[in-house]
Amino acid sequence: MTQGRHHFWKTMAAGLLILAGFVLAGAPAVAGDVPVPHPAKAAKGEKCVAPIPEMRRNHMNLLKHQRDDTLRKGIRGNPFSLKGCVDCHAVPDKAAGGARTVRPFCQTCHSYAAVKIDCFSCHTGKADEDKTALKAMDNPHKVTARLQDYLKQRSVVK
Amino acid sequence: MARLTDNYHKLTDHGPFFYALLFGHAIVILLGLASAYYMEHNGHYVTGMNNQIVWGMPHVFAVFLIVAASGALNVASISSVFNRLAYKRFARLSGILAISLLAGGLAVLVLDLGRPDRLIIAMTHYNFKSIFAWNIYLYTGFFVIVGIYLWTMMEKRMNRFTTIAGYSAFVWRLILTTGTGSIFGFLVAREAYDTALLAPLFIASSFVYGLAFTVLVLITMCWTLGIQLMDKEFVTKIRGLLIIFTVTVLYFTAVQHITNLYATQHHGVEGFLLLYGGSFPTVFWLGQVAIGSVLPMLVLAHPKIGPTRQGLSTASVLLLIGGLSQMYVVIVGGQSYPLDIFPGMEATSSWIDGKFGSYIPSVPEVVLGVSGISLTMFLTGMALKVLPFLPNPVAGEE
Amino acid sequence: MSNIRDNDIDKARRQFMTGAVATAGMTIAPGFMLYTAEARPAGTAADPKVRWGLLIDISKCDDCTVCVDACKKENGWQGHRGDLTDAQWIRKVDLKDKNTGVKSSLPVMCMHCEYPPCVDVCPVGASMKRADGIVLVDKHICIGCRYCMMACPYGARSFVHEEVHGQKTHLPRGQGTVESCTMCAHRVDNDQIPACVEACNASGREAMMFGNLRDPNSDISKRIAEISTVKLRADMGLDPHVQYVNF
Repeated sequence: MTQGRHHFWKTMAAGLLILAGFVLAGAPAVAGDVPVPHPAKAAKGEKCVAPIPEMRRNHMNLLKHQRDDTLRKGIRGNPFSLKGCVDCHAVPDKAAGGARTVRPFCQTCHSYAAVKIDCFSCHTGKADEDKTALKAMDNPHKVTARLQDYLKQRSVVK
Repeated sequence: MARLTDNYHKLTDHGPFFYALLFGHAIVILLGLASAYYMEHNGHYVTGMNNQIVWGMPHVFAVFLIVAASGALNVASISSVFNRLAYKRFARLSGILAISLLAGGLAVLVLDLGRPDRLIIAMTHYNFKSIFAWNIYLYTGFFVIVGIYLWTMMEKRMNRFTTIAGYSAFVWRLILTTGTGSIFGFLVAREAYDTALLAPLFIASSFVYGLAFTVLVLITMCWTLGIQLMDKEFVTKIRGLLIIFTVTVLYFTAVQHITNLYATQHHGVEGFLLLYGGSFPTVFWLGQVAIGSVLPMLVLAHPKIGPTRQGLSTASVLLLIGGLSQMYVVIVGGQSYPLDIFPGMEATSSWIDGKFGSYIPSVPEVVLGVSGISLTMFLTGMALKVLPFLPNPVAGEE
Repeated sequence: MSNIRDNDIDKARRQFMTGAVATAGMTIAPGFMLYTAEARPAGTAADPKVRWGLLIDISKCDDCTVCVDACKKENGWQGHRGDLTDAQWIRKVDLKDKNTGVKSSLPVMCMHCEYPPCVDVCPVGASMKRADGIVLVDKHICIGCRYCMMACPYGARSFVHEEVHGQKTHLPRGQGTVESCTMCAHRVDNDQIPACVEACNASGREAMMFGNLRDPNSDISKRIAEISTVKLRADMGLDPHVQYVNF
């Protein structure tokens, strides 16, 4: 019995120590030692695909929903694509040797919030600078125009 | 009849040997974790596995332990389902060993995944057509059912449910091993698998592995405590069971190969596994058949050595070597024979076509596999210290 | 929330369809092929009435590797170890008939089976078949167990054995997951043909044909109606959508 109580006090003492540690370590942080992040403005485009508060709160759900739609159902061209994020928000990144990546934009908030993301172990965070590839969905107007040109040639559409 | 009222005890009066064992196993577990980290950090290219031999040593050990887990429940099942009182004293140990073996095997399996960090997905996304997904339920169910079974054995007020719990556990373990065997049996694409026989073969193997592990744990405990836990009658019974189970495994193995050999189109793969396939015929004939089956049976059948504890433990070690050999030939050997995509043609490519698989296991993946055994033993050891799983020593024997 | 892009493309499509006589496919420019009968507006899901397939004419296939090279370039799976830990989405297999000694060469990739065993065995449902028959790995949930690789009779899948850098924007790849030929789903969804077919055509061999197997008017269906095709491991009844001719 005495042994048990002894153990109890040891646990309590350890608990108090840890608690004190938290208070001491936490105090300056609350005082604002870590500045609230201000991610850079998008490199291109005038406004985001949804209002900023909505994006801040919900971007992960929007991305996740669309990723399943795209991959599993084959739905293309919807606005909330990771590729879309990269296209606009990629900025020159020292870590990538100056290439435009989305890493600085994502990291600013994600390291503040200590949320680890798993997007870029598979997806490239680099902006696609390859202009030779036909990127139809990036530019639907171009494709539409191309289609119409072709059809006019064939006199299918007057 | 005294055994009916036999008591159990926690592992307390042990010498430093027990701590040394635990410590040794803890070291191996840490090495296993380090290996897993090394493999995950670098990617699987640091292992001997590749796009042809996709499952290697970790799977050999993992499947071996998972199969052994259901077999370890044997002793408990014999006491509760078949009402053999001689086994009742060991039923608790048998249950906790089964749980530990399954945990050890699953840990290895999970740590070898390409994305072990996504383990949660295996719990949240199910494809109910997948035998693998069924197995996830079978494994978790096994933990729960055997846990309840142990509870009914160890809590007096629950004793009246022991029989029903024992039956449930018995049926569950048969289904579980059927599931494990079917992971391979359902693979129609590969000639070495694609047979329903793998299910009963795995069940027979589980009897051997599980019982061998039980014997070895018991004998280690005897050393540790300097007492005798097994009486002569039990030793004799186990001796008989080990022989019967080993013969059964050999029987199913023979049937599997002979069935395959009957069809001329399968002579290629059978020749590969049994005659010319590099290490596989050696591991099969020497490892599984000679060292792992015939030799232990000779030891057990010997009129002097057979019915002794030394005989039993020697045979058990040999049987486990045989078991690992068997898993190696089934798992790695089965993948090493090229896929027959173009019957009647010689196929070559920069890829796997027409090639016999080459697999040289790396140290980390072997260490990861071995650490599964250590985890099992560590968990069992800890459990024995915490709750009364061990039977009291037999009276009247030194 | 309405989507401007969708509406625009829909309008274009409607104009296009009202005037269009349904033809199987037409070439706008080399390598840019339109499948008007199947063209699918952005924002809509893959059509279950479509079955994308390939027909490979072995008599036109020599020991060149343009299809493999094009796939590597398009999808960025170029390995550098030179062993079987490298990915290989499409490979050239050289065959020699054991009796006649006749030699041939053909590309083998994911067969996009109607009844894919990889999809059956995947514990988490990462291996999946799209409504239009394209078999894919959802790398978002793939745990890297490799059971699909055990189950595939064609050895079509690769496990990514190391960290990947420099992925293509349209084709995420990552360590610890399984991958295979996507039949260039990202191109097919944009009314383009798979990169291997495009490259084979461009090389002048025209050994590969891509199209909708369920449209009796598609070139591929018409061709299949004329000849007898070979499905690899037809004995297994998986109904692969990649078929061969002149074996």
